[in-house]
Amino acid sequence: MNKLNQRRRRGKREGFLLSLKNSKMGMIGAAILLFFFLMAVFGPILYPFDPQVFGGGADIMNPPSPRHWLGTDDMGRDVLGNLISGSRVSLMVGILATLISMILGTVLGILAGFFDKTIGGTFIMRFTDFFLVIPWLPLMLVLAAILGTSIWNIILVIGLTGWAGTTRVVRAQTLSIRERPYIERAIAIGSSNRHIMLKHILPNVFPLIFANTILVSAVAILSETTLSFLGLGDPTRPSWGMMLHYAFSSGAASIGAYWYFIPPGLAVVLVVLAFTFLGYAFDEILNPKLKKR
Amino acid sequence: MDLLEVKGLKTYFKTQKGMVKAVDDVSFSLSPGKVLGLVGESGCGKTTTALSIANLLPPEGEVVGGEIFLEDVDLLKLSPNKMRKRRWKDISMVFQGAMNALNPVIRVGDQIAEALVLHDKMTYAQAMERTRELFRLVEIDEDRINHYPHEFSGGMKQRAMIAMALACNPKIIIGDEPTTALDVMVQAQILNLMEKLKKEINMGMIIITHDLSILGEICDDVAIMYAGKIVEKGTVEAVFSRHNHPYTRKLIEAFPDIYGERKLARSIPGNPPSLLSPPEGCRFHPRCEFATDICKTTEPALMSLGGDHLAACHCQGVWNE
Repeated sequence: MNKLNQRRRRGKREGFLLSLKNSKMGMIGAAILLFFFLMAVFGPILYPFDPQVFGGGADIMNPPSPRHWLGTDDMGRDVLGNLISGSRVSLMVGILATLISMILGTVLGILAGFFDKTIGGTFIMRFTDFFLVIPWLPLMLVLAAILGTSIWNIILVIGLTGWAGTTRVVRAQTLSIRERPYIERAIAIGSSNRHIMLKHILPNVFPLIFANTILVSAVAILSETTLSFLGLGDPTRPSWGMMLHYAFSSGAASIGAYWYFIPPGLAVVLVVLAFTFLGYAFDEILNPKLKKR
Repeated sequence: MDLLEVKGLKTYFKTQKGMVKAVDDVSFSLSPGKVLGLVGESGCGKTTTALSIANLLPPEGEVVGGEIFLEDVDLLKLSPNKMRKRRWKDISMVFQGAMNALNPVIRVGDQIAEALVLHDKMTYAQAMERTRELFRLVEIDEDRINHYPHEFSGGMKQRAMIAMALACNPKIIIGDEPTTALDVMVQAQILNLMEKLKKEINMGMIIITHDLSILGEICDDVAIMYAGKIVEKGTVEAVFSRHNHPYTRKLIEAFPDIYGERKLARSIPGNPPSLLSPPEGCRFHPRCEFATDICKTTEPALMSLGGDHLAACHCQGVWNE
């Protein structure tokens, strides 16, 4: 009986992966992400170039060559080496900032939905609306400038500006779940509010949070790139955005040093695209209304 | 002594159009080991009565009068927090539509254990042990304890809900249409189960239903409700064979008789009145073929027809020839 159980559960997991396999978008997204994750983890071992070593006069703005696979930049640093170390920074910022956003969004969303009649409908949602309508870029610029340019501040700033949309979505779902009979049953058996929110509502909004996380990750990585490109990144840990910033300020585009600005630009576009693809694929799998029959 | 005594219960709902008197001056009592059936058409206040007892009314509803004594404690005077602690321990419920009363993403066993951990301060392992016991009691395979609700059939979900209601050994179980959404075969199984439990466990049960066959099957006493009031109550035997209110008679006539000659079940013309402004006098008079002038002006009181058999009708027995 227990074996049957395990098989059934495994079957369910396989069903999920199978739907993902059948989704072309999802597979492309997953493949691209896997590539960049492997690059971030194993890249420095396979391509041992210290990105912070400056080259001499002969090494400046060299086009791609067997020695420097993607050429060198205006200070003689290896572009591929920078791209690899940048992938670590960009992905880390994206994931941690998303984590902050999702935790904030989920907690506030469930509270707002559950206490809709009291603090939820008034205080929390108006606060959320405030964050939804203020232009996020200037807000991020101001916050980043005030807090100073360290990678942790960037994570914090992106995390603190990206939660409002999630709150709205989670609140809407909470409002719907709150009215279901099993919540009434939970109240009847004497569960506390905290227990109902954690044990009954959270597991039911989880698929939504999961799909949303992936889409928010794309936005977080793009935000990091934007901030760094505008010069608010952490100079000790250059990301892809920072590379673009240096490429722009050294005039790489006008002197035709395509190997300097195309790789980081392409990397950002691909990662954001991959997250978006994967997000759509998950949405389609987890949301039965979008499922193809 | 009575286990539960409801005296003059009045529950009103505030709406934009005014007060809806969903339950208006309802009294009954319940002894341990007995089953009381609350019967009536939809919208006559059966569920509201049950929710008032369990203190689970939606925010618009309010108990405006009466007393509900459980042994010697007035439940209406308890603070919400105290009531929350007593609820599943003293009074538990089997909800209408069990299919929806289980959380789809939590294992059934865990949902039953939830109540035990909350109220009996059991550890998780103890609660699971007790849950296995309960599964045996309601005749579900113990290995199903770790399954999710969607892996259960409708009847099994209903059994699980009954197991949940039994979890903390409550003094009273309220079953709100416990068999309504089930097919007849499963319905019979659930009724047999309840019959068995009634004999094994000495607790009071209130069964809310509009299915008269259930009454005959498991109830000891019946209270017939119409438009927020009890119109007739007594033992099942007395109410069925010597019914003394035209509404009771109509209800019974509306139910096909398997022994008598084949005839179409007769429905009761009209609808129950709006409880915003119930008719003057007897609330049933607009639909009653025996109504006289006094029915239109004066509200009949519940009068004894011998023993505990009460009915509220002006023309006691006149028409019952």
